[in-house]
Amino acid sequence: MKKDAIGDSLSRVDGRLKVTGGAKYSGEFKITGLTYGVLVPATITNGTIASIDTKVAERAPGVIKVITYLNAAKVPGYQPNESKPASKGLKLFNDNKIYFNQQPIALVIADTFERATYAASLVTATYQKEPFKTNFQKNIDNSVVPQGGNYKDYIRGEADAYKNAPVKIEQAYLLPSEMHNPMELHVTTAFWNADGKLTVFTKSQGVISSQKALANAFKIEQSTVQINSRFVGGAFGSSLRTWPHEIAAAQAAKMINRPVRLTLTREQMFTLVGYRPQTIQKMGIGATPDGQLIGITHESHSQSAVYEEFTERSVNVSRFLYASPNANTRYKVVPLHVGVPAPMRGPGEATGAFALECALDELAYALNMDPIALRLKNYADADPEKNLPWSSKYLRECYQKGADKIGWEKRSSKPGTNREGDWLVGYGIGCGAFGAYRNKAQAYIKLLADGSVNIKSATSDIGPGTGTSMVLIAADILGIPAEKITFDLGDSSLPEAPTQGGSATVSSVGSAVHDVCLALKKKLNTLTGKPENNEDLDYVKILKQQNLPFIELTQGSEGTDEAKKYSMYSFSAHFVEVHVHALTGAWRIKKVVAVVDAGKIVNNKTASSQMIGGAVGGIGMAMTEEAIIDDRFGRLVNGNFADYHVPVNADIPQIEAIFINKPDMHINPLGTKGIGEISLIGVAPAIANAVYNATGKRIRELPITPDKLI
Amino acid sequence: MNQFQYVRPAETSGAIKSVALDANAHFLAGGTNLVDLMKMGIVTPERLVDINNLPLKKIENIQGHLRIGALVTNTQVAENKFVKENFPLLSMAINAGASPQLRNMATTGGNLLQRTRCPYFFDTTMPCNKRVPGSGCGALEGYNRMHAIFGASDKCIAVNPSDMNVALTALNAFVHVSGPKAARTIPFADFHRLPGDHPEQDTTLQKNELITSIDIPTAPFSKNVHYLKVRDRSSYAFALVSAAVALHIENNTIKDVRLAMGGVAHKPWRLTATETFLKGKTVSEDTFKQAAQIAMEGAKAYEHNKFKLKLAPNTLIQALKTASGLTV
Ligand SMILES: Cc1cc2nc3c(=O)[nH]c(=O)nc-3n(C[C@H](O)[C@H](O)[C@H](O)COP(=O)(O)OP(=O)(O)OC[C@H]3O[C@@H](n4cnc5c(N)ncnc54)[C@H](O)[C@@H]3O)c2cc1C
Repeated sequence: MKKDAIGDSLSRVDGRLKVTGGAKYSGEFKITGLTYGVLVPATITNGTIASIDTKVAERAPGVIKVITYLNAAKVPGYQPNESKPASKGLKLFNDNKIYFNQQPIALVIADTFERATYAASLVTATYQKEPFKTNFQKNIDNSVVPQGGNYKDYIRGEADAYKNAPVKIEQAYLLPSEMHNPMELHVTTAFWNADGKLTVFTKSQGVISSQKALANAFKIEQSTVQINSRFVGGAFGSSLRTWPHEIAAAQAAKMINRPVRLTLTREQMFTLVGYRPQTIQKMGIGATPDGQLIGITHESHSQSAVYEEFTERSVNVSRFLYASPNANTRYKVVPLHVGVPAPMRGPGEATGAFALECALDELAYALNMDPIALRLKNYADADPEKNLPWSSKYLRECYQKGADKIGWEKRSSKPGTNREGDWLVGYGIGCGAFGAYRNKAQAYIKLLADGSVNIKSATSDIGPGTGTSMVLIAADILGIPAEKITFDLGDSSLPEAPTQGGSATVSSVGSAVHDVCLALKKKLNTLTGKPENNEDLDYVKILKQQNLPFIELTQGSEGTDEAKKYSMYSFSAHFVEVHVHALTGAWRIKKVVAVVDAGKIVNNKTASSQMIGGAVGGIGMAMTEEAIIDDRFGRLVNGNFADYHVPVNADIPQIEAIFINKPDMHINPLGTKGIGEISLIGVAPAIANAVYNATGKRIRELPITPDKLI
Repeated sequence: MNQFQYVRPAETSGAIKSVALDANAHFLAGGTNLVDLMKMGIVTPERLVDINNLPLKKIENIQGHLRIGALVTNTQVAENKFVKENFPLLSMAINAGASPQLRNMATTGGNLLQRTRCPYFFDTTMPCNKRVPGSGCGALEGYNRMHAIFGASDKCIAVNPSDMNVALTALNAFVHVSGPKAARTIPFADFHRLPGDHPEQDTTLQKNELITSIDIPTAPFSKNVHYLKVRDRSSYAFALVSAAVALHIENNTIKDVRLAMGGVAHKPWRLTATETFLKGKTVSEDTFKQAAQIAMEGAKAYEHNKFKLKLAPNTLIQALKTASGLTV
């Protein structure tokens, strides 16, 4: 009775709720006695608060409380000032230390949001200023090897072997900081019940990790914290962690013994919830005259914060994407007086792919070789880093399909020679890889007498359509129509699931749903005395015969030893056609083709949407996005949506997503790999390479704004 | 935002009287600029005089003259049939600005008076002579990518952000104003100021004066016109540089010409010397290149806007080429 539902195109099961306003986000819950919190930002970049005056604010209409480090109830999990703040994180209102501009110094609570906003403008402070560093490039010399994680230098064969190669490229690539800026603002609504239970509505990618973080902060049992985050209006990594202001909201609710809704302003979204860090990457690539790679050296310096270390995997891609006998990487961070970065879609892998894929393109021109031919010549048939076979890899097919779709044959091998009127035409390719992970997850299933099924797991849906995919998986295994299945998520009381990140939700939670459905069938077969693998099941009939109102069970699921035997990645090749105006530098991206080897695709429709969304993010990364700090003040000069440019609709062309769609059964029983990150990885270099092909201008500093093209 | 009084008079005279009652009173039109500035604490009015009930909402054709009431929205002007046929440059310029939603709210008078988008003007913790006279210019040695290359002073290097203004200056418009004293008419070129020692004054409008309408005289610029705006994304971004070109061409000869640029100065930048050069010349790319060179005389760039020294002439050349039909 198995049904081939996996691979269908199912519209979002919660789509109607979302477009009709029926979906409630964390800032939309009306709770009796609700109060409104607004944060007051510091105006210095490093130092201490000397004095803080809250009197005027306290007298403003509607104000209930103004919280500062002077009167804040201690958060039990916050230890007294550590001598070394690094990697400990920011603790709001715990002391008078300022580590970055716009760090909150007070939280104003009032009876309306508007009154809280006004009163927040009345809080004043004086400071003991200290010298600060915000300029990334000027402080490269202060870089350090990260304390946490494994960021040791990597060497395969000989370090810096490219230097002695007959043909070599040695270049640096600069990425500015980029803001996640999901449409939905970060909002946390918190209240404490009389029995000491804490309930929080918050924008979270992982309700269980939020639950743990808040339980740790308040030193209470994990089970006494309830996190609700059913709908999330985008996050892109900015809700992977619990931020200090989320703890502050709960702290404030405790102090005033009323529910508090703390909403960040759009401007605060630029300073308090992370960003993709500025990164400078030095690439060295060497090859024989016929294009055989001799060595790749990838060295990355990345921005971090003085009060908390942030690292990401920007250099790793250069170790395994191509078969080079020699490869070495170095990675360091530069701690600055800025808010701490956070993983942003595609995270370090997207940053790294920008450098590697641009450098490889430069090498192709130096060799006078087609960029695809160069990639094929150095195709890695096994993982050269881990020395393991790939669990699956169809990148060759990606090249082929993408080249066909974009019309690669129209590409001129001489940059700046393909013209349409005043417009220069170019084509580019950029590839990427992202680990195919699978984490522990649980799912609960309940079969009801009418044959309908409810499944629950404490996963999240930040936009990919998680619930929809889970319904399809269940429909497939159970052989019943999708309409009969509901899936609940975003609630910490449900069976444990990992945080939605690293493109692993379908692989982890989907496998749990797969397993729980199988377990249900098995249980029914046992009940009816049929062989375990009997597929001929009439659910309604069985429940009736057994005189059961429902059947329920919970099943855990996790990865296997296969992960030790195989190297597991999703792969992508992005192709771009771009037009650049010869005189004004105005650009139009004409077409994007994204070809992805992401294993089996569960829901074609939402998967395509993810690919399109990732490409849009990549267009922003390549062409428009850049947060700029005035280093004299340590303050952002474009921390708002008028001046920080995300792409507009008119910037986005037709984006075509093509899936190789071949199952990889080594990773999970569904054969899926993952698409969330890979959808963005490789887009920016594909565009930069197309821009070079069009104009002959090699832009190594993103974003590629018109001024760089004239 | 501070607390303020709010009134909505129905008569022009009442509005002027009302605004004069308070030293710190402001007219409110579409609110797309003023309300933002209030939210950020940059403008803190004691009183708002909402002028949306005033009878200033007509587009009139007075013997070929175009008269646009101060409260006509940007969308209404841009979509007006007479405007599109006779002054297409104005439609093009307006449509190059902001977003449809903003243009539906924004008014003709408000657009004329929108403040600069200089980030130092917008951040009350930073120095800005325009916001707080004497506090210094944050942009001069700060982030000045969007800033002026013409007519700046050491007190202020901000630019006027409007697209509509660039077309209006090219079209020799007039601004009609009423105030506590007699009504008067200000030629467009004299309406906006250069910063000099008083960047806090954007325009020559006097305190408590109300813009009532704008006149555009008849001109033969219905065909060979172009507004070209170069920006960081395809829409919804302020100009890095823009060029308004209106040509009257007969037998491939430029009979009459008006040129202005945006994103380059504290006021919409009229290019009179370049116009003189082009008059009587034959349409050719070479001529346009020479014209662009003349246009750039006296230009001066700062740390982050050096690209404008090339982008501005290129934009002008391209706009001339498009307007004259040299390229489509
Ligand atoms: C995100 C964003 C992007 C934008 N992009 C662009 C762009 O690309 N190009 C562009 O040109 N513009 C752009 N704009 C600006 C927009 O065009 C202006 O905000 C708008 O034109 C202002 O008109 P308003 O009627 O809303 O003015 P208001 O905000 O109501 O008023 C502005 C000022 O004019 C005064 N005022 C208004 N009417 C009168 C009158 N009749 N007499 C005397 N004083 C008066 C007010 O007191 C106030 O000081 C953008 C705005 C935003 C917010």
